[in-house]
Amino acid sequence: MRYLPLSDNDRADMLARIGVSSIDELFADIPQAVRLEELTNLPRRKTEMQVERQLTAMANKNVSAGSLPFFVGAGAYKHHVPATVDHLIQRSEFLTSYTPYQPEITQGTLQALFEFQTQVANLTGMEVANASMYDGSTGTAEAVLMAHRITRKKKAVLSGGLHPQYREVVEGVSAKLPGAFVHSLLADPMGTEDILAQIDDDTSCVVVQSPSFYGQLIDLRPIAEKAHAHKALLIAVFTEVVSLGLLESPGAQGADIVVGEGQSLGNPLTFGGPYVGLFATRQKYVRNMPGRICGETVDAEGKRGFVLTLSTREQHIRRDKATSNICTNSGLCSLAFSIHMTLLGGKGLQRLARINHMNATALADTLGKVEGVEVLNSAFFNEFTIRTPKKADDVIESLAAKGVLGGVPVSRLDKSGGDIDNLIVVASTEVNTDEDRAAYAQALKEVLA
Amino acid sequence: MTMNHKGRSTRAGEAGPPMPHQTFTGNKALDMEEPLIFEIGHMDNCGVDLDEPMDFVPRLGSHMRTEPVDLPALSEPETMRHYVRLSRNNYAIDAGLYPLGSCTMKHNPRLNEKLARLPGFADIHPLQPISTVPGAFELISELADWLMELTGTNAVAMSPKAGAHGEQCGMMAIKHAIEAKGEERSIVLVPESAHGTNPATAALVGYKVVAIPAKSDGTVSVDAVIEKIQAHEGQVAALMLTNPNTCGLFEPEVIEIAKAIHEAGGYFYCDGANFNAIVGKAKPGDLGIDAMHINLHKTFSTPHGGGGPGSGPVVLSDRLAPYAPLPFIRKNGEELEIVETKDQLKEGELPFGRMTAFFGQMGMYVRALSYIQSHGSDGLMQASEDAVINANYVRVGLQDLMSLPYGERPCMHEVLFDDTFLKDTGVSTLDFAKAMIDEGYHPMTMYFPLVVSGAMLIEPTESESRASLDLFIATLRDLVMSAKAGEKDRFEGAPFMSPRRRLDETTAARKPVLKWVAPEPTRVEPELA
Amino acid sequence: MSTYFTKDHEWLKIEGDIATVGITDFAQNQLGDVVYVELPESGKTVAQEDEVAVVESVKAASEVYAPIDGEIVEGNELLVDEPAKVNEAAESDAWFFKMKLGNAAQLEELMSEADYKAFVETL
Repeated sequence: MRYLPLSDNDRADMLARIGVSSIDELFADIPQAVRLEELTNLPRRKTEMQVERQLTAMANKNVSAGSLPFFVGAGAYKHHVPATVDHLIQRSEFLTSYTPYQPEITQGTLQALFEFQTQVANLTGMEVANASMYDGSTGTAEAVLMAHRITRKKKAVLSGGLHPQYREVVEGVSAKLPGAFVHSLLADPMGTEDILAQIDDDTSCVVVQSPSFYGQLIDLRPIAEKAHAHKALLIAVFTEVVSLGLLESPGAQGADIVVGEGQSLGNPLTFGGPYVGLFATRQKYVRNMPGRICGETVDAEGKRGFVLTLSTREQHIRRDKATSNICTNSGLCSLAFSIHMTLLGGKGLQRLARINHMNATALADTLGKVEGVEVLNSAFFNEFTIRTPKKADDVIESLAAKGVLGGVPVSRLDKSGGDIDNLIVVASTEVNTDEDRAAYAQALKEVLA
Repeated sequence: MTMNHKGRSTRAGEAGPPMPHQTFTGNKALDMEEPLIFEIGHMDNCGVDLDEPMDFVPRLGSHMRTEPVDLPALSEPETMRHYVRLSRNNYAIDAGLYPLGSCTMKHNPRLNEKLARLPGFADIHPLQPISTVPGAFELISELADWLMELTGTNAVAMSPKAGAHGEQCGMMAIKHAIEAKGEERSIVLVPESAHGTNPATAALVGYKVVAIPAKSDGTVSVDAVIEKIQAHEGQVAALMLTNPNTCGLFEPEVIEIAKAIHEAGGYFYCDGANFNAIVGKAKPGDLGIDAMHINLHKTFSTPHGGGGPGSGPVVLSDRLAPYAPLPFIRKNGEELEIVETKDQLKEGELPFGRMTAFFGQMGMYVRALSYIQSHGSDGLMQASEDAVINANYVRVGLQDLMSLPYGERPCMHEVLFDDTFLKDTGVSTLDFAKAMIDEGYHPMTMYFPLVVSGAMLIEPTESESRASLDLFIATLRDLVMSAKAGEKDRFEGAPFMSPRRRLDETTAARKPVLKWVAPEPTRVEPELA
Repeated sequence: MSTYFTKDHEWLKIEGDIATVGITDFAQNQLGDVVYVELPESGKTVAQEDEVAVVESVKAASEVYAPIDGEIVEGNELLVDEPAKVNEAAESDAWFFKMKLGNAAQLEELMSEADYKAFVETL
């Protein structure tokens, strides 16, 4: 077996040295009744070529985003990732290193984390950020739990613009705590809900996504104000980090916790994971923050260095009193994010964001001209919602048959029915061309005819 | 004779004293200092070429950013150099033995990386029409089949994003199963030797944790479990037990323990962090588990990446299977049906909710399946055996000099030493581990599990050759003899030769500096792009 | 003025109806370098054994319990800025909080300094 260095001779010699007559003696603690002699029903080892052939055949059955006009978003986005990023994250020293528990020999990972935290904090307009969460959805659930710890209240109010699957994750996780309560508002494609009316003295936190799941931009200021007046926290969520290049930061609008999906920078779509959850907050809440945190210090010779710090919040020390059970985070994905962000810089990100917005407005104009199609959002970034005269899931399937992946039917995630059934969330990034847009409009026209 | 070059000395010459002077740069040849990107970056340059956007009317309402994004950029060559230099300050499994007990630092085959990057896996969107991604579900389904077959179970929740997330998933399923019976139970039993994630997860799901003491041989006895069950009659929701346990031992009474918890109406959550020791040797389902997460990044070698991403699918017993979270794949003969929302449920399907957006860690599934297919049933079993042989080889190579807390008995895939052998040497577990760094080794897991004093947990994995282990053993023997001979200088303040010496964690925690802030006088305000 | 000790390694000094509470020198030694102290809010009514404060070193964290029933009247703000004081002066300047005695009878069950020293010897 190509991955195993021991030869049969090695094994025999080593067993003799260990002082056992057979390998079975080393497994003697496994009750005889359940011990296996071999695995039946399962295929045996394969050569590298055989495995590559088999998995490539599976991959080839999938339609990849880069192979056709592609407008699918709703929480994961197709962007161009510079080749440098993937090369660097495949360096052995990054790829095959563990969590940096021994700072003397993991300064590479630690410094990169410190840079990542700075990038996330500055982007979101917050004071501190952690070393990443699994993804945006689980990060949002953790943010709600964190707000409960800080406010000692247990009611979370979720905006109807929050990604429906994020909402489900929050409902599932935070409702497990005794007394915890999640109040989710109805689907809100146009950003017209009255969330302010839902905030009261029992409210621990208000969770608002902007740009919303439907693409609508939401003014966070009045929500922050009302929340703070009731000693509640505003948790600002985003699924498209590139939007921060063009939009006022959630921190500047008064958010207390900012959490979002960082996939768009540095990370491929990969069918939903692994992604990277970005998580930032105010300095005063740092000891309630979940996840790993890297901090600056000096070594015995006075040289600057970095360590994991504030670990007493974490499960390996605090056990059942920890801020979270998170252990592994998204190390390599956060590195990919950070490298892409370093290549772009603030100025590059702004330009990238402008191109995204420009393409989305061009697409909205193009699709808006198709008969029967209505663009719902007044203000959006690179994603918006359209209403079509036919059921959205049928429209999307028919578009796919014509070689256009035209977006996400809202009804795939939200089954509340009614008007929802005719809504499609459409995204456009820098990868889309005039030809893509024209192809989409033409196909849509044919499908709706 | 013609000469076109002047001769120079080509001998090595006398070595002279080590490091005769401090260098101007602070670098030591290949060992280079690297500033932060914020100290070397540019506000007016960019490492990505982007077309100038055309004039258009923005539709951002009143939400346009007025402040520039305060982040510098590096050009592509500068970026490459920055991160390559950083990388060289990291230890890695590709570079050396990484004996972190419980973490399973085994070889990461590059075939797995290559396949995960195929556009048919890397460039597909979780919400594009299901009809356009049949290969993705085929892959998930095949991996699920392997996981169920290897564990002897009939259900698996694939979506959890890491081991602890898998624990959470399993415990939420247990909570729902109990509630579905109309019961209320408040307590979860966790052995003292458990990973910290176990009690943290139990608390996160709303349970109170009651600890079970370990026996003097490092295992959990069924009597100790029964005692706690009786002390909290009718209140015990579950037992969370790691098997093989964190002392590197297979729990000999695990079947009786499972029976006891089941008879009390509770569930058996098995922490599968150490499943890699018994793949192909026993099926956890046969031991009576109700739920067990599998760390794909440990057992099936998806790379650790400096702290993730991981992946933690949870296999479930038939009793818990109905509560598996959304989304899941329903098999209808050869056909795969994708169930994403509650309206698609059939009778008997009672998911407790959802662990994450989308379908979980697809990138990790590809790598794990590639690893599993490469090994096959015979290779997986051989890998388990080799991991156990290697750990025992290290044990017998060191047991006369180092101290085994539970006597000279075989271990599984990792061997646990305590600090008794360092008594009266003035050298601590920490010092001993840090001295290993100077020898070119990553230290073993230290001070865990908590049940022995000054724990040192060594997991060599099956990826090490015999020669590699021989050198490792010889190195540790030399260190032990040095400690016992009173050569404290080798340990106090070690490591001496790493890119950084010991770091001041006290200052880091007292006055946390968690991001870079420009020194005031030199701060230049960035221009709006 | 009299001083009492608890098995949870807290000391309390009684002056009138006010108890000043801190952790013992033994406890600070066990924790190592203290990096953070979380104090209770003034005005909070607490019962004996309630968790009222937190003390953290780099690798350990401990809850500080209310040694008796009572009402918190003051936290030692000095510790917020200078947690290191706990290592330097655990049984004097680095007191954690002051509380108004709710049930003086509970003091009878606590240890004297000599008892506590003997107790620590057994650990």
